[in-house]
Amino acid sequence: MELLTRPWPWYVAGPIIGLTVPLVYLYAGRKWGISSTFRDVCAATFPHGIEHFRYSWRHVGGWRLTMALGLVVGGLLAGVTRSDDVAISEATRSDLAVLGITDFSGLVPAEIFSWASLGTLPGLVLIIGGGFLVGFGTRYANGCTSGHAISGLSALRLTSLVAVIGFFVGGLIATHVLLPLIMGGGL
Amino acid sequence: MNTPGPDGAAPATVPATPTREALATRPEPLWPYALLGIALGIVFIRAEVVSWFRIQEMFRFQAFHMYGIIGSAVAVGALGVRLIRRFEARSFTRRPMEIPTERFEAPGYQYWLGGIAFGLGWGLLGACPGPIYVLFGSGVTVMGVAFLSALAGVWTYGALRHRLPHS
Repeated sequence: MELLTRPWPWYVAGPIIGLTVPLVYLYAGRKWGISSTFRDVCAATFPHGIEHFRYSWRHVGGWRLTMALGLVVGGLLAGVTRSDDVAISEATRSDLAVLGITDFSGLVPAEIFSWASLGTLPGLVLIIGGGFLVGFGTRYANGCTSGHAISGLSALRLTSLVAVIGFFVGGLIATHVLLPLIMGGGL
Repeated sequence: MNTPGPDGAAPATVPATPTREALATRPEPLWPYALLGIALGIVFIRAEVVSWFRIQEMFRFQAFHMYGIIGSAVAVGALGVRLIRRFEARSFTRRPMEIPTERFEAPGYQYWLGGIAFGLGWGLLGACPGPIYVLFGSGVTVMGVAFLSALAGVWTYGALRHRLPHS
Protein backbone atom coordinates (compact mmCIF):
# COMPACT_ATOMS: atom_id res chain seq x y z
CA MET A 1 0.00 0.00 0.00
CA GLU A 2 2.95 2.29 0.70
CA LEU A 3 3.80 2.05 -2.99
CA LEU A 4 0.46 3.54 -3.91
CA THR A 5 0.19 6.26 -1.31
CA ARG A 6 3.70 7.66 -0.90
CA PRO A 7 5.39 9.69 -3.65
CA TRP A 8 7.86 7.56 -5.58
CA PRO A 9 11.42 8.58 -4.65
CA TRP A 10 13.63 10.34 -7.17
CA TYR A 11 15.94 7.32 -7.57
CA VAL A 12 13.00 5.27 -8.86
CA ALA A 13 11.30 7.87 -11.06
CA GLY A 14 14.46 9.47 -12.53
CA PRO A 15 16.01 6.27 -13.95
CA ILE A 16 12.65 5.18 -15.43
CA ILE A 17 12.28 8.54 -17.18
CA GLY A 18 15.92 8.40 -18.33
CA LEU A 19 15.47 4.88 -19.68
CA THR A 20 12.89 6.27 -22.10
CA VAL A 21 15.66 7.85 -24.19
CA PRO A 22 17.60 4.66 -25.12
CA LEU A 23 14.34 2.68 -25.26
CA VAL A 24 12.84 4.92 -27.95
CA TYR A 25 16.15 4.90 -29.85
CA LEU A 26 16.29 1.11 -29.70
CA TYR A 27 12.71 0.76 -30.83
CA ALA A 28 12.74 3.11 -33.79
CA GLY A 29 15.82 5.35 -33.64
CA ARG A 30 13.69 8.33 -32.68
CA LYS A 31 14.85 11.14 -30.44
CA TRP A 32 12.50 11.36 -27.47
CA GLY A 33 10.73 14.68 -26.99
CA ILE A 34 7.22 15.80 -26.14
CA SER A 35 6.85 19.48 -27.00
CA SER A 36 6.97 18.90 -30.77
CA THR A 37 3.46 17.48 -30.44
CA PHE A 38 2.28 21.10 -30.06
CA ARG A 39 3.80 21.86 -33.45
CA ASP A 40 2.20 18.73 -34.90
CA VAL A 41 -1.22 19.85 -33.66
CA CYS A 42 -0.72 23.32 -35.18
CA ALA A 43 0.34 21.71 -38.48
CA ALA A 44 -2.70 19.43 -38.37
CA THR A 45 -5.30 22.03 -37.47
CA PHE A 46 -4.30 25.55 -38.43
CA PRO A 47 -1.13 25.64 -40.57
CA HIS A 48 -2.32 28.83 -42.29
CA GLY A 49 0.35 28.47 -44.96
CA ILE A 50 3.16 29.09 -42.48
CA GLU A 51 6.37 27.39 -43.53
CA HIS A 52 7.09 26.12 -39.99
CA PHE A 53 3.88 24.08 -40.12
CA ARG A 54 4.21 22.74 -43.66
CA TYR A 55 5.33 19.18 -43.12
CA SER A 56 3.77 15.75 -42.98
CA TRP A 57 2.73 15.82 -39.34
CA ARG A 58 1.32 12.29 -39.51
CA HIS A 59 4.63 10.81 -40.63
CA VAL A 60 6.87 12.98 -38.50
CA GLY A 61 4.75 13.28 -35.39
CA GLY A 62 2.39 10.28 -35.36
CA TRP A 63 4.55 8.46 -32.82
CA ARG A 64 4.74 11.31 -30.32
CA LEU A 65 1.06 12.22 -30.71
CA THR A 66 0.29 8.61 -29.80
CA MET A 67 2.57 8.94 -26.77
CA ALA A 68 0.81 12.19 -25.79
CA LEU A 69 -2.55 10.36 -25.81
CA GLY A 70 -0.93 7.74 -23.58
CA LEU A 71 0.17 10.49 -21.19
CA VAL A 72 -3.43 11.67 -20.86
CA VAL A 73 -4.61 8.11 -20.17
CA GLY A 74 -1.75 7.50 -17.71
CA GLY A 75 -2.71 10.69 -15.89
CA LEU A 76 -6.30 9.50 -15.74
CA LEU A 77 -5.31 6.08 -14.36
CA ALA A 78 -2.91 7.42 -11.74
CA GLY A 79 -4.85 10.55 -10.94
CA VAL A 80 -8.03 8.88 -9.74
CA THR A 81 -6.18 6.78 -7.17
CA ARG A 82 -4.20 9.49 -5.41
CA SER A 83 -5.66 11.77 -2.79
CA ASP A 84 -2.94 12.86 -0.37
CA ASP A 85 -1.12 16.20 -0.23
CA VAL A 86 2.01 16.69 -2.32
CA ALA A 87 4.94 15.99 0.01
CA ILE A 88 6.73 19.32 -0.42
CA SER A 89 9.04 20.76 2.24
CA GLU A 90 7.81 22.93 5.10
CA ALA A 91 9.94 25.81 3.78
CA THR A 92 8.08 25.78 0.46
CA ARG A 93 4.72 25.58 2.22
CA SER A 94 5.44 28.65 4.29
CA ASP A 95 6.86 30.55 1.30
CA LEU A 96 3.70 29.80 -0.68
CA ALA A 97 1.46 30.69 2.27
CA VAL A 98 2.95 34.19 2.10
CA LEU A 99 1.69 34.34 -1.50
CA GLY A 100 -1.78 33.35 -0.32
CA ILE A 101 -1.65 29.67 -1.26
CA THR A 102 -3.00 27.53 1.56
CA ASP A 103 -4.70 24.58 -0.16
CA PHE A 104 -2.12 21.81 -0.60
CA SER A 105 -4.64 19.03 -1.18
CA GLY A 106 -4.08 18.50 -4.92
CA LEU A 107 -1.20 18.26 -7.36
CA VAL A 108 -1.71 21.92 -8.19
CA PRO A 109 -3.03 24.80 -6.05
CA ALA A 110 -6.82 24.70 -6.33
CA GLU A 111 -6.95 28.46 -5.73
CA ILE A 112 -5.31 29.13 -9.10
CA PHE A 113 -5.83 26.11 -11.33
CA SER A 114 -9.58 26.13 -11.65
CA TRP A 115 -11.97 27.33 -14.35
CA ALA A 116 -13.29 30.00 -12.02
CA SER A 117 -9.85 31.55 -11.52
CA LEU A 118 -9.39 32.14 -15.27
CA GLY A 119 -11.11 35.45 -14.68
CA THR A 120 -8.63 36.53 -11.99
CA LEU A 121 -5.19 38.05 -12.55
CA PRO A 122 -3.21 35.07 -11.13
CA GLY A 123 -5.29 32.55 -13.09
CA LEU A 124 -4.95 34.56 -16.28
CA VAL A 125 -1.19 35.09 -16.00
CA LEU A 126 -0.25 31.62 -14.71
CA ILE A 127 -2.48 29.47 -16.91
CA ILE A 128 -2.84 31.50 -20.11
CA GLY A 129 0.38 33.51 -19.93
CA GLY A 130 2.42 30.57 -18.63
CA GLY A 131 0.97 28.23 -21.24
CA PHE A 132 1.72 30.68 -24.04
CA LEU A 133 5.34 31.11 -22.92
CA VAL A 134 5.84 27.35 -22.57
CA GLY A 135 4.63 26.89 -26.15
CA PHE A 136 6.47 29.85 -27.64
CA GLY A 137 9.70 29.15 -25.74
CA THR A 138 9.84 25.46 -26.46
CA ARG A 139 9.59 26.01 -30.21
CA TYR A 140 12.01 28.93 -30.21
CA ALA A 141 14.55 26.89 -28.23
CA ASN A 142 13.62 23.81 -30.28
CA GLY A 143 12.91 21.59 -27.29
CA CYS A 144 11.54 21.34 -23.77
CA THR A 145 12.44 19.51 -20.58
CA SER A 146 12.26 16.13 -22.32
CA GLY A 147 13.98 17.08 -25.58
CA HIS A 148 16.71 19.29 -24.12
CA ALA A 149 17.14 18.46 -20.42
CA ILE A 150 16.81 14.68 -20.81
CA SER A 151 17.44 13.71 -24.47
CA GLY A 152 19.79 16.57 -25.31
CA LEU A 153 21.91 16.34 -22.18
CA SER A 154 22.00 12.55 -22.57
CA ALA A 155 23.71 13.13 -25.92
CA LEU A 156 25.99 15.68 -24.17
CA ARG A 157 24.95 18.58 -26.41
CA LEU A 158 26.19 22.08 -25.64
CA THR A 159 23.11 23.71 -27.18
CA SER A 160 20.89 21.68 -24.85
CA LEU A 161 22.96 22.72 -21.83
CA VAL A 162 22.49 26.38 -22.81
CA ALA A 163 18.76 25.85 -23.26
CA VAL A 164 18.50 24.19 -19.82
CA ILE A 165 20.39 27.08 -18.22
CA GLY A 166 17.87 29.36 -19.96
CA PHE A 167 15.00 27.28 -18.52
CA PHE A 168 16.37 27.86 -15.03
CA VAL A 169 17.05 31.57 -15.53
CA GLY A 170 13.44 31.99 -16.68
CA GLY A 171 12.06 29.81 -13.91
CA LEU A 172 13.97 31.68 -11.21
CA ILE A 173 12.71 35.03 -12.52
CA ALA A 174 9.14 33.70 -12.64
CA THR A 175 9.35 32.27 -9.12
CA HIS A 176 11.17 35.06 -7.32
CA VAL A 177 10.10 38.17 -9.24
CA LEU A 178 6.89 37.59 -11.20
CA LEU A 179 4.93 35.44 -8.73
CA PRO A 180 5.30 37.90 -5.82
CA LEU A 181 4.29 40.73 -8.18
CA ILE A 182 1.21 38.90 -9.46
CA MET A 183 0.11 37.41 -6.14
CA GLY A 184 1.53 39.97 -3.77
CA GLY A 185 -1.86 41.38 -2.94
CA GLY A 186 -3.21 37.98 -2.04
CA LEU A 187 -5.74 36.18 -4.13
CA MET B 1 24.22 20.13 -40.94
CA ASN B 2 21.39 17.68 -41.11
CA THR B 3 21.15 16.90 -37.42
CA PRO B 4 17.61 16.53 -36.14
CA GLY B 5 16.32 19.18 -33.78
CA PRO B 6 16.32 18.42 -30.06
CA ASP B 7 12.74 17.27 -30.12
CA GLY B 8 13.28 15.04 -33.08
CA ALA B 9 11.20 17.21 -35.38
CA ALA B 10 12.63 18.71 -38.52
CA PRO B 11 16.37 19.21 -38.84
CA ALA B 12 17.29 22.35 -36.90
CA THR B 13 18.66 24.25 -39.85
CA VAL B 14 16.25 23.12 -42.57
CA PRO B 15 12.96 23.38 -40.72
CA ALA B 16 10.44 22.74 -43.45
CA THR B 17 11.94 19.58 -44.92
CA PRO B 18 11.57 16.62 -42.57
CA THR B 19 12.18 14.36 -45.53
CA ARG B 20 14.39 11.83 -43.77
CA GLU B 21 11.49 10.52 -41.71
CA ALA B 22 8.98 10.79 -44.54
CA LEU B 23 11.27 8.74 -46.77
CA ALA B 24 11.80 6.01 -44.18
CA THR B 25 10.36 2.76 -45.42
CA ARG B 26 7.25 1.83 -43.45
CA PRO B 27 6.17 3.59 -40.27
CA GLU B 28 6.74 1.46 -37.18
CA PRO B 29 3.74 0.20 -35.15
CA LEU B 30 2.63 3.04 -32.89
CA TRP B 31 0.96 1.17 -30.03
CA PRO B 32 4.19 0.84 -28.00
CA TYR B 33 4.23 4.65 -27.79
CA ALA B 34 0.77 4.60 -26.22
CA LEU B 35 2.03 2.17 -23.57
CA LEU B 36 5.11 4.34 -23.03
CA GLY B 37 2.89 7.40 -22.57
CA ILE B 38 0.69 5.59 -20.05
CA ALA B 39 3.72 4.38 -18.08
CA LEU B 40 5.28 7.85 -18.05
CA GLY B 41 1.96 9.43 -17.07
CA ILE B 42 1.77 7.16 -14.05
CA VAL B 43 5.40 7.82 -13.08
CA PHE B 44 4.94 11.59 -13.51
CA ILE B 45 1.97 11.54 -11.13
CA ARG B 46 3.39 9.09 -8.58
CA ALA B 47 6.68 10.98 -8.34
CA GLU B 48 4.76 14.30 -8.27
CA VAL B 49 6.75 15.63 -11.24
CA VAL B 50 3.54 17.17 -12.57
CA SER B 51 2.94 19.14 -9.39
CA TRP B 52 3.10 22.94 -9.48
CA PHE B 53 4.19 22.69 -5.83
CA ARG B 54 7.20 20.53 -6.74
CA ILE B 55 8.29 22.97 -9.44
CA GLN B 56 8.07 25.82 -6.92
CA GLU B 57 10.10 23.78 -4.44
CA MET B 58 12.71 23.20 -7.16
CA PHE B 59 13.01 26.87 -8.16
CA ARG B 60 13.30 27.77 -4.46
CA PHE B 61 16.05 25.15 -3.94
CA GLN B 62 14.15 23.68 -0.98
CA ALA B 63 14.37 19.98 -1.82
CA PHE B 64 16.54 17.59 -3.79
CA HIS B 65 13.59 15.65 -5.28
CA MET B 66 13.33 17.28 -8.74
CA TYR B 67 17.10 17.65 -9.10
CA GLY B 68 17.48 13.96 -8.24
CA ILE B 69 14.91 13.02 -10.87
CA ILE B 70 16.38 15.15 -13.65
CA GLY B 71 19.97 14.24 -12.69
CA SER B 72 19.41 10.49 -12.52
CA ALA B 73 17.32 10.58 -15.71
CA VAL B 74 20.18 12.27 -17.57
CA ALA B 75 22.73 9.82 -16.08
CA VAL B 76 20.72 6.78 -17.19
CA GLY B 77 19.88 8.36 -20.56
CA ALA B 78 23.52 9.28 -21.23
CA LEU B 79 24.70 5.78 -20.31
CA GLY B 80 22.11 4.28 -22.67
CA VAL B 81 23.07 6.59 -25.54
CA ARG B 82 26.75 5.82 -24.92
CA LEU B 83 26.13 2.07 -25.11
CA ILE B 84 24.03 2.43 -28.27
CA ARG B 85 26.85 4.38 -29.89
CA ARG B 86 29.58 2.06 -28.61
CA PHE B 87 27.90 -1.05 -30.01
CA GLU B 88 26.43 0.77 -33.00
CA ALA B 89 23.09 -0.76 -32.09
CA ARG B 90 20.40 -0.81 -34.75
CA SER B 91 16.80 -0.03 -34.01
CA PHE B 92 14.30 -2.85 -33.61
CA THR B 93 12.22 -1.53 -36.52
CA ARG B 94 15.28 -0.86 -38.73
CA ARG B 95 14.67 2.84 -38.81
CA PRO B 96 17.77 5.04 -38.84
CA MET B 97 19.23 6.13 -35.49
CA GLU B 98 18.62 9.84 -35.05
CA ILE B 99 21.06 10.39 -32.21
CA PRO B 100 22.46 13.91 -32.57
CA THR B 101 26.15 13.70 -33.36
CA GLU B 102 27.18 17.33 -33.24
CA ARG B 103 28.10 17.98 -29.62
CA PHE B 104 29.72 21.38 -29.63
CA GLU B 105 27.60 23.28 -32.10
CA ALA B 106 27.73 26.96 -31.09
CA PRO B 107 24.53 27.76 -29.17
CA GLY B 108 22.73 30.53 -31.05
CA TYR B 109 20.35 33.15 -29.67
CA GLN B 110 17.40 30.79 -29.93
CA TYR B 111 18.69 28.56 -27.15
CA TRP B 112 19.15 31.50 -24.77
CA LEU B 113 16.05 33.50 -25.63
CA GLY B 114 13.78 30.52 -26.25
CA GLY B 115 15.12 28.81 -23.15
CA ILE B 116 14.40 31.81 -20.94
CA ALA B 117 10.91 32.24 -22.43
CA PHE B 118 10.20 28.56 -21.77
CA GLY B 119 11.56 28.86 -18.21
CA LEU B 120 9.31 31.84 -17.47
CA GLY B 121 6.34 29.78 -18.60
CA TRP B 122 7.51 26.72 -16.67
CA GLY B 123 7.85 28.76 -13.47
CA LEU B 124 4.38 30.30 -13.82
CA LEU B 125 2.41 27.32 -15.12
CA GLY B 126 4.43 24.81 -13.07
CA ALA B 127 4.17 22.33 -15.91
CA CYS B 128 6.18 21.60 -19.02
CA PRO B 129 4.56 19.96 -22.08
CA GLY B 130 4.41 16.37 -20.74
CA PRO B 131 2.76 17.33 -17.45
CA ILE B 132 0.21 19.49 -19.31
CA TYR B 133 -1.13 16.29 -20.92
CA VAL B 134 -0.86 14.26 -17.71
CA LEU B 135 -2.56 16.85 -15.50
CA PHE B 136 -5.38 17.23 -17.99
CA GLY B 137 -5.92 13.47 -17.86
CA SER B 138 -5.76 13.40 -14.07
CA GLY B 139 -8.71 15.76 -13.85
CA VAL B 140 -7.15 19.24 -13.82
CA THR B 141 -9.22 20.04 -16.89
CA VAL B 142 -8.32 23.73 -16.91
CA MET B 143 -4.94 22.51 -18.25
CA GLY B 144 -6.83 22.23 -21.55
CA VAL B 145 -6.75 26.03 -21.59
CA ALA B 146 -2.99 25.97 -20.93
CA PHE B 147 -2.67 23.52 -23.83
CA LEU B 148 -4.57 25.81 -26.22
CA SER B 149 -2.51 28.73 -24.98
CA ALA B 150 0.69 26.75 -25.64
CA LEU B 151 -0.57 26.03 -29.17
CA ALA B 152 -1.09 29.77 -29.62
CA GLY B 153 2.51 30.30 -28.45
CA VAL B 154 3.84 27.73 -30.90
CA TRP B 155 1.75 29.22 -33.70
CA THR B 156 3.01 32.72 -32.87
CA TYR B 157 6.57 31.43 -33.04
CA GLY B 158 5.87 29.86 -36.42
CA ALA B 159 4.42 33.12 -37.72
CA LEU B 160 7.24 35.32 -36.37
CA ARG B 161 10.05 32.86 -36.96
CA HIS B 162 11.84 34.87 -39.64
CA ARG B 163 11.88 38.02 -37.55
CA LEU B 164 13.33 36.40 -34.42
CA PRO B 165 17.10 36.17 -33.90
CA HIS B 166 18.53 32.70 -34.50
CA SER B 167 22.14 31.48 -34.25
